[in-house]
Amino acid sequence: MKVLIFGCGRTGSTLALELVRRGHEVTLIEQNPSALIRLGENHGCNVVLGSGLEEDTLERAGIREADVFFAATRGDNSNLMAAQVARFRFQVPRICIKCADPLRAEAYRRLGYVCITPSLLTAGLMRDWLLGEPSQPIDAYNVLPDALKI
Amino acid sequence: MYAIVVGGGNVGIQLAKRLLQRGDEVLLLEKDGGSVGRLSSMLGAENVMAGDGCEMAVQKRAGFGRADVVIAVTGEDEDNLVVCQMAKVVWDVDRVLARVNDPDHEPLFAQVGIDNTVSATGIIFSLLEQQVTPDVMLPVGALARGQIEVVEVKLSNRSLAAGQRVRDLVLPPQTNLVWLLRDSQGLMVQGDTILTPGDTVVALVPRDNSEALRKLFAER
Repeated sequence: MKVLIFGCGRTGSTLALELVRRGHEVTLIEQNPSALIRLGENHGCNVVLGSGLEEDTLERAGIREADVFFAATRGDNSNLMAAQVARFRFQVPRICIKCADPLRAEAYRRLGYVCITPSLLTAGLMRDWLLGEPSQPIDAYNVLPDALKI
Repeated sequence: MYAIVVGGGNVGIQLAKRLLQRGDEVLLLEKDGGSVGRLSSMLGAENVMAGDGCEMAVQKRAGFGRADVVIAVTGEDEDNLVVCQMAKVVWDVDRVLARVNDPDHEPLFAQVGIDNTVSATGIIFSLLEQQVTPDVMLPVGALARGQIEVVEVKLSNRSLAAGQRVRDLVLPPQTNLVWLLRDSQGLMVQGDTILTPGDTVVALVPRDNSEALRKLFAER
């Protein structure tokens, strides 16, 4: 698969390296050149410097041929906007968003986006570890406790 | 009317001031707690709240649920987009308005259904075009999210269209000459109207056809 990842932070770089190792063609979009050090040497990813909110940068990164777009920067709003650029301006078939705010993630799930919220995922995995429960499908971790709902 | 303005920069401050002067109920939301004191002294403490307009807890406290309009005017397009979308999706706000800082982002805002956008760059540019370009065709407005342009054409005696009957002109598709100003008198444009030097014609033209219309009215 041709994979586009916006953001070479801990999440983006790990995801990129894992997918390259499995034989996929990965292009990373990152604004900050010094973030690329996370990839190490001979990482095998394509890298485009720039912002995933800009259509010309996305085109340079080959978004027209991409099978999937990951928005994985640390900025929720940047991720949410980049995902919509990918969906509406380039019709990328599959899109996955990292969104730290569980409530914001919930709002965009209602609009049909796949949003992964690290805090919910981590809390769920910790709970499963403690209770000795097997890990579950993603959606099971995306559930916000009632007390946190607004 | 209850208006929530997100972003306490210059645009947000001036907008909140105007709305207050008009007698509207206004709340200005500003993320940077440090500048809230200054904003409060300008607008009144009851009209200013510290908080990130993208956070649902802040939105609830600000009263997004009963807002008649939410206006996002921060300097970051991604923040303005998310504020407006959450206002619609979570709080069913009827009218949302966004400032678009980068004109390249305008098509996206229109496609995701933000009712209205304002781009300072776009406005300044169109004003510049009106005043600087020696063009016979000037943009005076836009309809249908910018898909249809309202333009004004001034005919000189060198205009290719001068002296022609309107029904004989080969107008671009979906283009209408609506009205004209002749000797300070307004006239509806009919098929048998003869275009005369000195006329100012108002036309509706789809954005993609405006270049063809421009050529039709070009000067010899």
